[in-house]
Parts: sequence; C-alpha cells; structure tokens
Amino acid sequence: MLIRRPDPIPASEITDPALFRRRRAFLRYAAGVLGAAAVPAAFAVPGPHGRERLEVAVRGRFSTDEAPTSYASVTGYNNFYEFGVNKRDPARLAGSLRTRPWTVVVEGACERPRTFDIDELLRRFPLEERVYRLRCVEAWSMVIPWVGFPLAALLKAVQPTSEARYVAFETLHDPEQMPGQRRRILDWPYREGLRIDEAVHPLALIAVGLYGEVLPNQNGAPLRLVVPWKYGFKSIKSIVRIRLVPEQPPTTWHMAAPDEYGFYANVNPDVPHPRWSQRRERRIGELRKRPTLPFNGYAEEVAHLYAGMDLRRFY
Amino acid sequence: MRSPDPGKAALFLLCLLPLGGLLWDAASGGLGANPVEALSRRTGDWTLRLLLATLAVTPLRRLAGWRWIARQRRMLGLFAFFYACLHVANYLVLDQWLEWAEIVADVLERPWVTVGAVGFLLLVPLAATSTDAALRRLGGRRWKRLHRAVYLAAGLGVLHYLWLVKADLTPPLAYGAVLAVLLLARLPLAAALRPALGAPSGR
Repeated sequence: MLIRRPDPIPASEITDPALFRRRRAFLRYAAGVLGAAAVPAAFAVPGPHGRERLEVAVRGRFSTDEAPTSYASVTGYNNFYEFGVNKRDPARLAGSLRTRPWTVVVEGACERPRTFDIDELLRRFPLEERVYRLRCVEAWSMVIPWVGFPLAALLKAVQPTSEARYVAFETLHDPEQMPGQRRRILDWPYREGLRIDEAVHPLALIAVGLYGEVLPNQNGAPLRLVVPWKYGFKSIKSIVRIRLVPEQPPTTWHMAAPDEYGFYANVNPDVPHPRWSQRRERRIGELRKRPTLPFNGYAEEVAHLYAGMDLRRFY
Repeated sequence: MRSPDPGKAALFLLCLLPLGGLLWDAASGGLGANPVEALSRRTGDWTLRLLLATLAVTPLRRLAGWRWIARQRRMLGLFAFFYACLHVANYLVLDQWLEWAEIVADVLERPWVTVGAVGFLLLVPLAATSTDAALRRLGGRRWKRLHRAVYLAAGLGVLHYLWLVKADLTPPLAYGAVLAVLLLARLPLAAALRPALGAPSGR
C-alpha cells in the first residue's frame, strides 16, 4: 500500500518538478546510449546536481508519490560512520573514497560465485527509479528517489543453492579511504544481513544512484543496499562482498548493542528503541512529527514474510 | 548601584555569543537538514560547557589564585541555566510540540531523558536563589549546601549525554573527564599541592 499524502514540504525544499521532468526527458533522449555510466567521462553531461546522469529503463515501480526530500538534505545529512559520526561528516570527508575501480564479490552457497565489476553491473542490469521512504532508527525519515536494480536480479545471476538461507553483506574496510575506520567506534568492516526471502523481495534494491544521477560517496557509492521497510542501518553502503550463507550472519549494530538493534530491524511503531519512541518520526524538511507506519508503510508488500513471527522478540 | 565592572560586561557578551551563533544559523539555514536536532545538540553542549566553567571558578581561584573570577561565577551559572532552558524549550516545543502524553512517556521510559529532566529540575532552585536577597534570606551556610546540587546536576548532564550517544562516546567522556578533574581539584589534597604549583596564596 503506497499511501498518498498531501505535500507538506515547503516548496523551497523540493526540486522543481519541471526540472525533474526535464531531466527525465533528457534521459529518454539519451536512451540508446549504452548507459550513462559506460560513457567516457569526457562525454558525460552532468545532471543538475553536478554528477553523472544514469539511464533509467523503468520508472516509478513500487514508488511512493510523496514529495522527495531535498537533494541537499539527502546528500548532506548522513549516517556513515566510516566517515565520522556527525551527520555532516560524510559529505565533508567521503571524497577520499575511490569508487573506480570497484568490484563486488558474490560468493558462498551458490552455483556460480563470481566477482562483478561495478561498470559491468551497471551495464548488465536495467536501472529503475524507485522513490522510497527511508526511516532511520533515530526517528527521522526521508523520501529518496533511488536509481538501482533489484537485489534479486544480482542474486539470481549466481544461482543460490538450497543452503543459502541468509545473505551477508560487507562494506569496504580501508582506513586510508574511510578515515572513520581509524577509530574502532564499530567493529569494522560494517556488516549487514537479510534472510534470503527478504533479499529476493522485489522491494529490496541495490542502489547506484539518486535523483537520476550517480550515487554520491556519502550515500554509499558506488553501490548500496536499500531495504525500505527496515530501519536505515540495514541498508548497508559501499558494498564489496555479498555472501550466501546457511546461518544468520553477525551484523554490525546488533553486535554493538544487541538490546537496541535487532537483526530484523523492521520499522515497527510498537517496539520502542531504548532511546527513541518509534511511534512517530520527523520527516526531514518538516518540523512536526508524523506517525510511523508498520514496516514503514510497506506492510502490504512485506508483512507476509513475517507471518507467525513474534516481531517484539524478533525486532 | 554598584560601579560598572567591564570584566563582567565582557563576559556577559561572551556568554551571549553561542546564542548569537544559533540565531544566525537559524536565519541563514546553517542548522542543516534537521534544525531541531541541531538546536538540541548545541544548546545541550553550551549548557554543559557553562556548567563546567561555573565549576572551574573555585579551583581557579584556589589553585591559580584568580580571585577576580569568583565574582563572575553567578553569571556563568545563570547562563548555564539559560542554555538549559533553551534546550528544554526546544525539546518541549519544537521536538514534542507540547504533546504531554508523549513527553511524560519519554521522561518515564527513557533513562537518558529522565536523567536530563532531573538534572534540569535541580538547576531551577539554584537559579531561583541566585539573588543576593535569596542568599541573605537562606543564610550563607544553607545557601551553600543547596548550591552543592550543581555537582549532581553536572554529573547528570554528562550521564544524559553519555546515554544518548549511539557509538562514539568520546565527546561525553571528555565532558566527564573535565568534570572529574574539577571535582578532584576541590579535594584537600589539591589544596595542599597549591604551593608546589607556584600559585600565590589566596589570602
């Protein structure tokens, strides 16, 4: 159920829809080009935010029609502890991350384990735009127009075996490029995980861009997970390794504070975090709080995955 | 009417600078994507800093022999209370929109909020008895005993911050370390060290 809401964000915060549509018109025009990411940088025409545009083959699938959070907020207010614990640190410090060349190892319980090059992934899977709500465990939220492809498509390419019951993800571990990793604030590398049925759910996205352009480093370039019905920390950034495994994998925030961050981390207004009530949230760009919806408003799509589970216990 | 004290006037303006910075940033969009959180952070930080500055007065007077500083303590304490009031007002109004059911639940259910609320309530009687008249009415000894609550309030303030932080405990621990030093400096041992520090005698 994608709930229609009136548009409560001040007009000044929203990218002009005409501008947004013009970008789309350009992208349609550019269709037929092998793919913006494959175009040599010298020929690439940057988008309005100064980053390389991405060719989007499918638009709007599973998207909310809520107004997107401003580009400045999406890219300037980030939790990415690899670049510092303050929300502005990642935008300031993530320039040291080199996103080319970049490879992703997909291995474990599968028939065809292999290493993918990021540019190969961009060519191989048609990119979609998905405007998703993002709900942080700290009780703020955003609406983000991601560009990416379903995680299911990537997993299908390696043919998981019946042993594959969970999927484990890892972020790059390189304190040279990620200065926040010089301090052991968390147990690096950042790790996350999903149950296999969650991972192949059509809502689970591998994002490579936002607002029609290549993903900025602070948002998890060159590729990140987006799991919109779970708290933001599940959506691991800058992925270098994906492993299909038989057992529930250890995950970073759960290891740091198991009573605060569960493995499932489904958005649930009825299960308070020890430090935050989860009943309400502040949409970035708004002052008043709004009620938080079960599964972040994606209950119709995903609630069946948890039928029979006590979500107070498996939070 | 006492004679004007230029040091006091300068300190008054100095203590207003963080407020000026907040207003400037609020007007220019410098509070970022989540201004309520930024206001909370900054008013909380300044409350702790000024509380620690207030607690630094006695050690500085005793160990460094800065007698002039004692006259500024009341203003530092009142400014700490002022920023605490802004912090609490931001929480009640902009964060919670005066939804009292949510606020009560928050205070009762979340230890870090409870601790912050108690710390703030401890500061209220201290601010209320900050006048010369109140000091006379209470009598020096009782006034002093009451105002020792500031030690507890500062400790609760640090704990409040410590409990809020998700992973990087460095900033609250830094405040805690400064507080610990300021409290240790009050021990008789520290006074005995004074000659060794080469500071002039306080009397």
